Formats: sequence, structure tokens, C-alpha cells
Amino acid sequence: MGHSMKRKEDARFIQGKGHYVDDIKLPGMLYMDIVRSPYAYAKIKNIDSEAALKVPGVVAVVTGRDLEKYNLHWMPTLMSDTQMVLPTDTVMYQAQEVAAVIATSRYAARDGREAVKVEYEPMKPVMDPYKSLSPDAPVLRSDKPGKKDNHIWHWEVGDKDKTAQVFANADVVVKEQMYIPRIHVASIETCGCVADYDKVNNHLTMYMTTQAPHAIRTVIALVAGHVGLTEEKIRVISPDIGGGFGGKVPVYPGYVIAIAVSFLVGAPVKWIEDRSENLQADSFARDYHITAELAGTKEGKILATRFKVLADHGYTDAAANPSKFPTGMFSIATGSYDYGTAYMEADAVYTNKPPGGVAYRCSFRVTEAVHAIERITDRFALEIGKDPAELRMENFIKKEDFPWKSPTGWTYDSGDYVAGLQKAMDAIDYHGLRKEQAEKRAKGELMGIGISTFTEIVGAGPSKDFDILGIKMFDSAEIRVHPTGKAIARFGTKSQGQGHETTYAQIIAEELGIPAEHIQVEEGDTDTAPYGLGTYASRSTPTAGAAAAMAARKLRDKARKIAAYLLEVSEADLEWEPGKFSVKGAPEKSKTIQEIVFAAYTNHPQGMEAGFEATHYYDPPNLTFPSGAYICVVDIDKETGGIHVRRFVAIDDCGHIINPMIVQGQVHGGLTQGIAPAMYEELIYDEAGNILNGTLMDYLVPTAVESPRWETGHVVTPSPHHPIGAKGVGESPTVGAPPAIANAIVDALSPYGITHLDIPITPFKVWKALKDKGAI
Amino acid sequence: MLKQITVTVNGAQHTAEVEPRLLLVHLIREVLNLTGTHIGCDTSSCGACTILLDGKSVKSCTMLAVQANGKSITTIEGMIQDGQLHPLQEGFKENHALHCGFCTPGMIMRASELLANNPNPTEEEIRWGISGNLCRCTGYNNIVKAIEYAGAKMRGEETASTEPQFV
Ligand code: FES
Ligand code: FES
Repeated sequence: MGHSMKRKEDARFIQGKGHYVDDIKLPGMLYMDIVRSPYAYAKIKNIDSEAALKVPGVVAVVTGRDLEKYNLHWMPTLMSDTQMVLPTDTVMYQAQEVAAVIATSRYAARDGREAVKVEYEPMKPVMDPYKSLSPDAPVLRSDKPGKKDNHIWHWEVGDKDKTAQVFANADVVVKEQMYIPRIHVASIETCGCVADYDKVNNHLTMYMTTQAPHAIRTVIALVAGHVGLTEEKIRVISPDIGGGFGGKVPVYPGYVIAIAVSFLVGAPVKWIEDRSENLQADSFARDYHITAELAGTKEGKILATRFKVLADHGYTDAAANPSKFPTGMFSIATGSYDYGTAYMEADAVYTNKPPGGVAYRCSFRVTEAVHAIERITDRFALEIGKDPAELRMENFIKKEDFPWKSPTGWTYDSGDYVAGLQKAMDAIDYHGLRKEQAEKRAKGELMGIGISTFTEIVGAGPSKDFDILGIKMFDSAEIRVHPTGKAIARFGTKSQGQGHETTYAQIIAEELGIPAEHIQVEEGDTDTAPYGLGTYASRSTPTAGAAAAMAARKLRDKARKIAAYLLEVSEADLEWEPGKFSVKGAPEKSKTIQEIVFAAYTNHPQGMEAGFEATHYYDPPNLTFPSGAYICVVDIDKETGGIHVRRFVAIDDCGHIINPMIVQGQVHGGLTQGIAPAMYEELIYDEAGNILNGTLMDYLVPTAVESPRWETGHVVTPSPHHPIGAKGVGESPTVGAPPAIANAIVDALSPYGITHLDIPITPFKVWKALKDKGAI
Repeated sequence: MLKQITVTVNGAQHTAEVEPRLLLVHLIREVLNLTGTHIGCDTSSCGACTILLDGKSVKSCTMLAVQANGKSITTIEGMIQDGQLHPLQEGFKENHALHCGFCTPGMIMRASELLANNPNPTEEEIRWGISGNLCRCTGYNNIVKAIEYAGAKMRGEETASTEPQFV
């Protein structure tokens, strides 16, 4: 177990000295605001900029037609689909960018925006993904030659026939239709950028809220290379980021327009979206309609599962998944259970909703998978009248069966699911709660206990399978140790609050014996940091964290050579303990790492390269499989449907823990982002394509009042293939919490024949379900 | 038409010519260049912009700069005194009450008024007291702990351990 070192980065944040993108002010900087479509689907008849151009301070209005001249009006998405930067003739979702207004101040840009007159011819939008597949639905992507329907892709994995056979012969089959609603990460900082194109040197500096600065640089070069902006002319700087959670992975049109405008006018251009734009237009998460089925024995053995998904991707497939995985890691949906047969299929469709399909503090669609398996497992327990904890205990993959091959092709690295659930049950007094529940039920009171024992799949990923736009999903670390034994380390990832400046320093400190206080960590500047794919999907510690350890080990090898030279012994005679090499059997003869590093600059062996630096690009041999056992207790007011989360215990296994304080903080935060979709958040659209809750007034981000006091703990099964045994943790709780909460609520309501409720489970849904069943 | 206003910010007087519609948060961030006060929404919902106005916590996105004329403002930059962190600043760091730090200045400013009015709040009072401030990262447990820590410190009491507690 590691050390709860206080975070190095906090000093600036608590003093208001963080440096976020909207804090950047450059000489001559212009401001951009964006005209957005009030319609979900409409033809653009005319854009009249005349009045806008007369507004004092407005310097330009940019439309799709202007960008078309430079062939910059379309861009690729991360899933190799295409997306408009600005439309030339049709808008495809409400709040889509229609034109950009550039002005000398934020206020003038907004005035200009109000003065742009756009004439639309509205059309009837396609909002329901099922209807989108019907033969009489209009073909939305008529920009794609030959496209005859709204289907995007079909995907399947597992053994269809064998699964059908098991289902046909099983004693018990349960089935539920589940909707995992469209939600939004709503990081407290919205997205934005300052695009600073320098005409003289043909060089672009792009300050932007991105979780993946290197990948963005490459994407910009791919989009704008034809106008002379080649990759060496682009520097992407990701300053401090006010939360990302997946929403700052994509390239949004606003970024591209800002670059185009800066390029055309030769001045820096700032674009900061406001909250409503952020909620209404930036990538959504989830939006999976799942038919979940499970086949089992009367005694409670799970035999097979079958999942069918309909994915609503909105106007384009702008998901952020590894290229070969259109449904991300959804195929982890066999969960923590030992059975041999499963089949999953998914189809994606276009609708007139904003594009996306990014994470929401989740590794590539794992949350959808975990919700499906954990809900259907509970449904099975309910069907056969077995305690859901007992049922899980009996079906778990056993600790000794790792590495374990799942029926959908994954090799789970390690875990001890029994120990996790047992610990959670003990901590919450599971049996005592069940007794209390029985007493309450006898009195007609509603109390529920919900369990989720999930397996995550993170740390993407091994280069043989994982790439984004062809770039392999390795990550990198570069360590430079200065002559006085202090270091700077740079990474291809980018913290958005995860505490990399501390965690990475601790990893290097552990490997090299240089105190973490003396290791400065830097990320987010593509000119200085080594290339990497960025921070999302809980991949930083599994990939860049591993790279840090490997780079440090390269340095330790060099240190050993230098120490042998300085101590005049052979390398084999040396022993390492953190911070120094000493001669075996003669511990008084030793050299500290600081002495060795100094020698690397002042007295290195002849024939050896001077200096003390190493870089490592870490290509993980496998993914990591963190897991968790969560138990939630709810009390429900029968008359109002009000739900009170009384207790929530989360036991996580994220492998070796580097900084327990940071890990716990991640778990707390992830749990609140778990209760959010479970009980509060959903982006709701009406049939005309209007978003009904596109502001923070009505999109319910939990406050400290809705958020329970979380109780956390862990079991530790180190990842056998990771250099320090770590697995990653940032997202486990967001993945694992929603089904624990949903299961608790359904458990409370189950005496009335209620077997499933879709999240977010609101008091109204509960009240209505009880009413429908005649319970009140 | 510009209007002249005078405000005292973190003890220093500033006079500025501003548009009557200029939001106070923009005065602070863009005219006075105090960027520790953040903007997280357009509906007065998030509290990232919270400052003290004559000692009361207000959401500075919800006021016009001209309304602050003649008043005294404290922002996060003014919390450090003689190089000493405010107990809340210390509490947030010691208790890992921030991740990305974007909500932190607003949280600290809000909590400072909370503690001024109620020096020894219960957990429930703290949670309700900061319910106008959103944090998307931390799950609030440690923010509550940080405010309790600062309260204890300001009352001159022993502060509880800041080590994480596990079940
Ligand atoms: S910026 Fe959100 S309340 Fe002021
Ligand atoms: S620390 Fe990120 S929003 Fe609070």
C-alpha cells in the first residue's frame, strides 16, 4: 500500500492560481461566439450577416460557405465518420453550430450573434432510434453517397447458436428491456480554446481543453495539412483542465472554427462555450437501449446471457472508442461471473440529436455493460427467490481461476470477487440489514438493499488491438534527472484533476529513490512531452504510470553501471535499495542516487553516454480489470416515492495502490457521478427535437445534499502484467454505482411485483410504479 | 455609455469605466485580471464564481459590476494573509477536497461565509450550506471534511486526522 502524500498541484488551485483556458489573454485577441440552430432538422435558406457586421466590435461572421472555400467545412470524427464544422445547407440537431461571429470583445461577439439572421425551413426530425430504422424514415445522412437508411453499423461477439441452445434448454430465462439514458459529463469548466496562428512563422499554438493533446495535434494536421498547417507547425497546449470525464476527448466544431478564423485573420481567437451550449451540443454519453436476457438453473447457476443493443449516436458517429470497437468494451457484459456462453449484438443508428457517444467517467461503454449484467443478475435472483449476494457468491469467477478467459474473448488479469463482496457485506452488516428489511416489509415499509459486483476493463490498450485513428494506444514517459538529483518528468497523458503531478512523482520516487517532492511532472504541451494518447478510460496509471516505472528502471540500470564504476566493483556485486546502491556484504560502501546522477554529468565512465535521461513508450500486454463490490441501502417513502440513500459501501480492487488518498478521492467523485445517472440526470428531447433540460437549472447535477456520505475500502489483487501491479480506478465507481442503486430501489419495490425501473429512478417513477401496481 | 465605478478588491481600491451590463464576474476576471474566480454556468447554478461582497457570499455572475460600486470584494486571491493560507485553503489541501480545482475557489469563498455565520456547523448544515456550489469531481465527502477541519482550526480546536478512512 502506498503513501497518502498530499497533492503537489493543490498549492496553485487553492490560491486561485490554476491556469485554465479562459484565463489566457493574448495581445490582440479576438472573441468568438456561435450562432446555433433552434431546430433539430432544417434546411438553411439564408444567413444574413449584414446587421451583425454593423455591431460595434464585430470583425467577421463566418459561415459554412466561407469554410467551404478552404475545404474546412467538414471534419472526420474519431470513429472515421464525418461531421460538419459549419453547415452549408442543412442543420441536423438543435444547437448545432450555424455561423461564428468574431469580435473584439466577448460582449460584442454575443451582440453580433444576436444580430445574425438565419432563415430556416424546418423539417420533421427523427428522434426515436427505433423509428429511425423503419423503412419510411427519411435518410438523414444524405450527404453520404449511396446511403439508403439510417443504420451506422452492426457488431456482434460470442457464440450465437450455442447461446440460443442454452437458452432453449434452460430451466429459467429472465428478460428485461433497459434504457441507459443519454447523459452529459457536465464538467464544471466547459470547453474552449484560444487558437493563436502566427502568420509570419506559419505556426499555430492551440490552447485547448483537451484530454488528449497529442492526438489532437495529429487530427489538426490531418484536417488542415492541405492549407499548410503540417504537424511540426502545430503546438497544442492543454492547460489546467476543470474536469474532463470523456467530454474533452472529441474535437468540437468550435475548436476547428477558431483555428480557421485565427488562420484567416491572423490574430488569436478565443472561444469559450457557455454551459447551455456545453450541455446542448457537446458529446453526450450512453444512450443505449438494451434487451438483456439471462438463462440459468432453478438453483441459481448462471448459464448464459444474451444482450441486444440499439445505440442512438445522434447525427454522426462521434463516439470516442478504439477504432476496432464500435461498442467500446461493451463485451465485458458477462461481468464477474463464471459461465461459458454469451452472445451480444449491437446496431447503431443516426437520429437528429447531437453527436457523441463519449464516456462519462467510464471506460468505453463499460457502464452500459455493467448495468445490463448487474441488473439482469438481480432479476434472475428475484425470479428464483434467491438472495442476490448468495447468488453472486456462487457464480463468481474464483480467485484461483485467473487469468480467466471470458466467453467474449477477454483475459481477466486478476481479482478476488468473493473477498470483495464479503468485505462489503461485513462493513454494511448485510445480514442485519436483511433482517431489518423483513421487519419493515411486514409493516408495509419500503427498504431496499442493492448489490453490484462488477468487473471493469481499462488501460487501453495493447497495440495489436487498440488504436484511435490508426494511432496505437501506448502511452509514454520521459524522465530527465538534473545534475543535482532533481527531476522533471513528462507524459503523453493529461490530468483533469486526477492528481498526476503527485501520483507519477510517487511512482518515479518509488522506483528511483528520488523524493517525490523533487520530481516535477509536466503534461499537456505537445512541444515538450513525449507522444501519448491522453487521459481517459482510466488509462493513465495502467499506461503512462507503467511507462514511468519502466523509464525509471532504465535509469536504475544506468545508475547501477555508474555505481559499479564509482565503487570499483562489478555490477553483479551491487544491491539496490530505494535511493542507493551498495556493495553486497559491505553496506558501508554505497552510492546514493544523487551521487550517481551527479557523476553521470561530471564523472561518467568512458564510453557511456553522459546525462541521466530515459524515455519509455509503454505498450501494455493486456488490459487491466479492476473490480468492485458495492452495496447500497435505500429507504423509500411510499406516499411520495422519495428515495433516501441511507448507506453506500464501496469496496474497490484497483490493484496496487500508489496514493490511497487520491484513489479514495477518485472513488468518492466517481460514486457521485454514479448516483447522478442512477437518480437524477438524463438529457430529454421532445418529438420536435427540442432539448427539454439543456441548462444546469434543469439538468440535475447532484449537490452535496443529494450526494450521500460514501464509505469506501479495498481489496488488493495486483495486476500481474503491470510493472507495479496497478489497475486504474478513476471510473470504477461511476460504472459500478448505478446498478447498486437501481438494484436497491427495485429490491425495495419488489414485493409489489416491480422487477425493473429504468434509470434515472426518480420519485415520480417510483410513485407511478407503485400506483400502477395498486400498492398505493 | 460607460459608467465609472470604484470597488475595493482584496483590500486594494480600483476605479474602472464599465459598460452598465458588465457582469461582476467579468469585471473581476477580465478587467482586474483576477482569474481565480471561475465561470461554470449561465444560470446561477454552479457557484464557481462565488466571491464575498461586503462579507456575504454572492455568485458574481449574477450581479452587475455597477451594483458593486462602492463595495468591498474578497476573491480567492485575497484569502491568503501575510503568506499564511486561510484555514479553508489549508483544509482543502490537507483533506484532498479538490481534484480539478475549478470549483475550489467558489467553494472556499462560500464556506468562508458559512463558517462566519455558523462557526461549528454539523455535516448536514455544511452540505446544505454549500448546496449552491457544484463540484463534479470530488463527491463532496472531502469538501465537508475540509470545512470541518477549517472550522475546528478557526475555533482554535484540535483538527481531526486528515488521513483517509477506510471501511
Ligand atoms: S458561474 Fe455558475 S453560478 Fe456563477
Ligand atoms: S474539483 Fe473539479 S469541480 Fe470540484
